[in-house]
Amino acid sequence: MANEAIQPNVLPQNPEKATLEGRNKYLGFWFFLGGETVLFASLFGTYLGLRNSYDGGPGPQDLFHLDLVFIMTMLLLTSSLTSVFAVINMKKGNFKKMLTWMWGTVILGLGFLGFEIYEFVVYYDQGLGYTVSAFASSFYTLVGTHGAHVTFGIAWIITLLIRYRKTGLTLANAPKFNTAVLYWHFIDVVWVFIFTVVYLLGVGG
Amino acid sequence: MSHVDPSAPLEGKPTKESERNLKRESRTQLVSFIFMIFITSTAFLTVASDIVPTGFAIPFILLLASIQVIMQLYVFMHMNHGSRWINVMMWAGLFVAAMTVAALMILIGVTKY
Repeated sequence: MANEAIQPNVLPQNPEKATLEGRNKYLGFWFFLGGETVLFASLFGTYLGLRNSYDGGPGPQDLFHLDLVFIMTMLLLTSSLTSVFAVINMKKGNFKKMLTWMWGTVILGLGFLGFEIYEFVVYYDQGLGYTVSAFASSFYTLVGTHGAHVTFGIAWIITLLIRYRKTGLTLANAPKFNTAVLYWHFIDVVWVFIFTVVYLLGVGG
Repeated sequence: MSHVDPSAPLEGKPTKESERNLKRESRTQLVSFIFMIFITSTAFLTVASDIVPTGFAIPFILLLASIQVIMQLYVFMHMNHGSRWINVMMWAGLFVAAMTVAALMILIGVTKY
């Protein structure tokens, strides 16, 4: 598969891995994701160590609303599925449909981000400033770093969508879309742990 | 092997075989997605309803989270279709991550500030 010649009338089976550059990007990006895992682990560990240190400020049971978190989780999970369909359409050669699915991902991601900003504003109004307690700092740092990743992912995908709106699928842009989708899935992976460890354990544990 | 201009649009059609595979693939992904929705809802319901005792709920929702992450990595992100270095890197990352979480929890969780 590695040295398969590209024929003009047949779409490569994996356009994102049809060139050496594409394969290198794919491998390199997974190395990056391995590192990101450790970055988030350090924030999770800090949060878990400090999550009972309220110092008189509000705690998880005063703040968290599971219905809001459930909606956010569903938005992010669905946005992961739309980006999966985007890649499937890329492999089918339907570039237009791929762009549409990617815009769907962007819209769902923006919805998630809107809820997260709303959530932080509400917590702040309830007295959870960043420096109120060790719980507050570690919570905002962990969830905020994830939110920053979501923001960056949205900006990344929008940039690709605008840059390649008219070019059609090429061997140069297929790896770029694929890498952005992997990043988006990784954001969802991290969120699975956030909603379990921060929100569900915060309310129930 | 002829040189292909990487910025030229790919006009070719996928082969019949890969069309078939992609159709199957869409179905697999959709079924996994529904299963993940089910897992997520179960986790939320476990905590939201007071029926399940806390001692059981915590390990249970952590198990559900692990199942969902494994599914994300292997179904959505196709970790089994890539190079084995991908698996090496990701599992090494998860291994170090587990150590980091355990160490930080024990080190800073003891003294309350």
